[in-house]
Amino acid sequence: MIGFAIRRLAALVLTLLAASIVVFLALELLPGDAAQLLLGTEVRPDTLAALRSQLGLDRPAPVRYLEWIGGLAVGDLGISQVYRVPIWEMVRDRLAVSLPLAVLAFVLSTLIALPFGIAAAIRRGRVTDVLVMGFAQIGLAIPNFWFGILLILLFAVQLGWVGAGGFPGWQDGLRPGLQALILPALALALSEAAILSRMVRASMLETLGEDYVRTARAKGLSTRRIVVGHALGNAMIPIATLMGLQFAFLVAGAVIVENVFYLPGLGRLLLQAIFERDLILVRDLVLLLSGFVVLLSFLVDIAYGVIDPRLRRSGG
Amino acid sequence: MKKMFGACLIGAALGLTALSGAAHAKTGATLAITLEPPHLDPTAGAPAAIDEIVYANVFEGLTRIDSQGLVKPGLAERWVIENDGLTYRFILREGVTFHDGATLEASDVKFSFERAVAEASENAQKGLFSAIDSVEAPDDRTVILKLNRKEGLLLWNLGWGDAVIVDPASAETNKTNPVGTGPFKFEDWARGDSIKLVRNPGYWGKASSLERVTFKVIDDAAAQVAALLAGDVDAIPNIGAPETVAQFEADPRFAVLKGTTEGETILSMNHRRPLLQDVRVRKAIQHAIDRKAIVDGAMFGFGTPIGSHFAPHSPAYTDLTGVTPYDPAKAKALLQEAGVAEGTKLVLKLPPPTYARRGGEIVAAQLAEVGFEVEQIPVDWGQWVSEVFKGEHDFDLTIVSHTEPLDIGIYARDEYYFGYENPAFKELMAKIDGVSDPAQRNTLYKEAQRILADDAVNGFLFQLAKVAVIRKELKGLWTNAPIQANDLTAARWE
Amino acid sequence: MKARVPQLWIGGALTGVILLAAILSLFWTPYGIDQQSIADRLQGPSAGHWLGTDMFGRDILSRILGGAGTALTVGLAAIALGLAGGLPLGLAAAMNRDGPADMLIARGADLIFAFPALLSAVLIAAVHGPGAINVVVAVGIFNIAVFARVVRGAALSVMARPFLRAALAMGRPWPSVAVKHLLPNIAGVIAVQATIQFAVAILAEAGLSYLGLGVKPPNPSWGKMLADAQTLLYVDPRQAIFPGLAILWAVLGLNLLGDGLRDFLDPRLRKIRAV
Repeated sequence: MIGFAIRRLAALVLTLLAASIVVFLALELLPGDAAQLLLGTEVRPDTLAALRSQLGLDRPAPVRYLEWIGGLAVGDLGISQVYRVPIWEMVRDRLAVSLPLAVLAFVLSTLIALPFGIAAAIRRGRVTDVLVMGFAQIGLAIPNFWFGILLILLFAVQLGWVGAGGFPGWQDGLRPGLQALILPALALALSEAAILSRMVRASMLETLGEDYVRTARAKGLSTRRIVVGHALGNAMIPIATLMGLQFAFLVAGAVIVENVFYLPGLGRLLLQAIFERDLILVRDLVLLLSGFVVLLSFLVDIAYGVIDPRLRRSGG
Repeated sequence: MKKMFGACLIGAALGLTALSGAAHAKTGATLAITLEPPHLDPTAGAPAAIDEIVYANVFEGLTRIDSQGLVKPGLAERWVIENDGLTYRFILREGVTFHDGATLEASDVKFSFERAVAEASENAQKGLFSAIDSVEAPDDRTVILKLNRKEGLLLWNLGWGDAVIVDPASAETNKTNPVGTGPFKFEDWARGDSIKLVRNPGYWGKASSLERVTFKVIDDAAAQVAALLAGDVDAIPNIGAPETVAQFEADPRFAVLKGTTEGETILSMNHRRPLLQDVRVRKAIQHAIDRKAIVDGAMFGFGTPIGSHFAPHSPAYTDLTGVTPYDPAKAKALLQEAGVAEGTKLVLKLPPPTYARRGGEIVAAQLAEVGFEVEQIPVDWGQWVSEVFKGEHDFDLTIVSHTEPLDIGIYARDEYYFGYENPAFKELMAKIDGVSDPAQRNTLYKEAQRILADDAVNGFLFQLAKVAVIRKELKGLWTNAPIQANDLTAARWE
Repeated sequence: MKARVPQLWIGGALTGVILLAAILSLFWTPYGIDQQSIADRLQGPSAGHWLGTDMFGRDILSRILGGAGTALTVGLAAIALGLAGGLPLGLAAAMNRDGPADMLIARGADLIFAFPALLSAVLIAAVHGPGAINVVVAVGIFNIAVFARVVRGAALSVMARPFLRAALAMGRPWPSVAVKHLLPNIAGVIAVQATIQFAVAILAEAGLSYLGLGVKPPNPSWGKMLADAQTLLYVDPRQAIFPGLAILWAVLGLNLLGDGLRDFLDPRLRKIRAV
């Protein structure tokens, strides 16, 4: 088990290292730099050169790469080229939006998917099942940004219950913050709920077909007791795995939804950083997000390895 | 029942919101701004977003530009021009202190100007100081500027945000903690969200009636509208969604201020391209463009068509929209005469603002009407600066608003991005620099506008409007934008 | 068969309509796709404009039809790119099971999956500027990894079967065995995956175009139409309806088609669902 974990961990580090090189090289191709954008069109060349040198933009690429990756290795994200503040501060502020959004969407999708999936499994082939699976198909097919726009249209434009976006911050307590996050979380949760409810249904169906469940049924236990007492626990293993992976995508994949609702989250920060050519910030963010994805799938692998030793083979 | 739970949760959260918002104590004001500034030092860097927060509010210069675009005394209460316009003697106001308590002295002015042009300075407008030879501070309240040439615009230049006076003790930290002399002090900056200023009780002039001013960063026009409707902000000083203005005009809770900016929005043509060197082709392009359709279609009617590179509200303006009016038939004839084949390709690069992206779609369609095949390429500012403005000048056409005040002089620059080279125009500009009589200057400016229109140097589209939507009770905001600023010195609730 | 896999027929019908719309838009649309008429802008549905007009007075129906063309072209190209790379890589990995090539390909796929698909698409589009090509490249690279994995898995299960071993034992060369025996047996799995990736590509195109990183104006795109509509929510909320319905229609159709195809080809495959 330990050997398996070490092999996976080594693969993880190698993946991230390769990712860092890909990201670095890709961003080298972006035209324009932060100094140029900060100083505008009327600047004198010597002023521009001075700022470039101050920001370290004039040094050769390998040096800049090593500085960046060396800093990351000791946990230093560096200083934003545009805002001149430590990047970890900016990331921390944005995480205060992105993380609660992901958690909220995660909770919502679970709250929707579990009852729906279980109900569909129990009433397999009946109206409930068809309805739930139909809902799941539609949930998968609705682009989350359109769903978000529709939610804004209904709750903000027509009913006027909430603002059409933006984020008031957490300084005034939980309520205003949660209110600003509820619609985006719902927009984000819909397709996750659809995927999850299909998974719950399939997993439940499989467990419900197992011998011990049939035995329990033969003993005359009620459906509710079978589901809660026996089937759910066993069905949860693959479901939890999927949920682990989905969570990573909720954090990383919220770029569009953050745009729909103008939330100052990590995804928006990434786009903003690209447009402002704050390249250190872009590189950090991309690596943090993909690191998060890789780490979660690593943890899922390890968890699987613990549960099922046959899966400890090192291959993909 | 369980499946309803999710829905109930959402309903509950939403239901509560009707209570919040709108609860504004009338001692403060919140303004929506589109772009978050990278930092708050107006003497380091070009972004207008910096001036839009700190100009006149936090930082002040020797002179200041008022809401009408006139030069007024700022930290200098008066000045004398001597030595045939080559020496300026400024007398500073008494009792001016910086927000950190330091007293304003003439040496601070000397420090500020010398810092602005120093080699390591990040000042984006060093050209403002190019006529200044030396700065002397013979006593605490006297500043003497010696010039190397006559500069008719010196007092105006010193009113820019790039020329504000800073305190040597705090100059290096102004980016994150600006310390100026203005009526508001910097309080807090929640990055990505808002910047807060608080009233400066020790202000030398009339203290503001607003206790606190919040600039809320909302980088989407539709979201700004939503925030104003929800009561989260009190004003959108420069609305980016002109299509929503009609709705606000009909709403008694709001006032709409329609003003102008210094932004000449033009379809720049790359004169380095042989095709566009031909004045007939450039004229054909201008004839193909229906300015009114662009103003209506892209800006929902806000904006004044222009026929040359000059702001219509200026006393030196002359209306030249008739020189090359909308006339597709004439455009086609000119193109035929110039031997331009049907389906000739043009690359149109469009920076992010609405005027460019929407305007671009309309311009492309209009040029298609006369036989061009226009490829629209949306670019971000980084690409625009490095590909269009600098470097290879890799474009045929681009749409951009030139927002610097009185910037017709760009047509006299060598190697400027659109590549217009006209010795006669350069001579005329040099002549204007040496003339200080306003009437004479205006005549010469009119002549300059005429040259540009006759040459159809660029496609002259429209003057960018400034439309502000404000809660009716909030008064004292600027209608026009002679410079990029949100001067809240006179803002008040009524 | 028909009754047992209704998804196949519903999905096929929905997809068919989109396909027809896309083909139709090449030859005919009610109005020119880019034909502007500022005076007639932001109209509701009428006899003249069945779905109304947009901000520049362009006919929305015409642009939706044109948008179908854009979506299908981008989707097809992304699938083609994914297959061109993923098929040979997946086969190579299967034949080199647990060997260096297999490991290398697996790590490459890991690398691609480490970037959430949308993130890499945003990066590629940002670096190269907006344009349909970028969407194709971004989604296509992602598809290469997807197809490589799917093909490897399917090939391995087929290779374990006796007839293939027999063919190899008879001394037939690898490539010919792969083409004659392997490919026909994994074609179904590939078709199912391709259908689902098609839907993914359409969503990605819409999403990127919504962010302004997708197809360039004046080319019609459902995602771009929604982005424009959002700025007009307070002025003309109707603008936000039809483009979204078009995306829903196309993606729903393809997903149903993929699910139905899978059930039709092999009911045992039902549980597997990539992406």
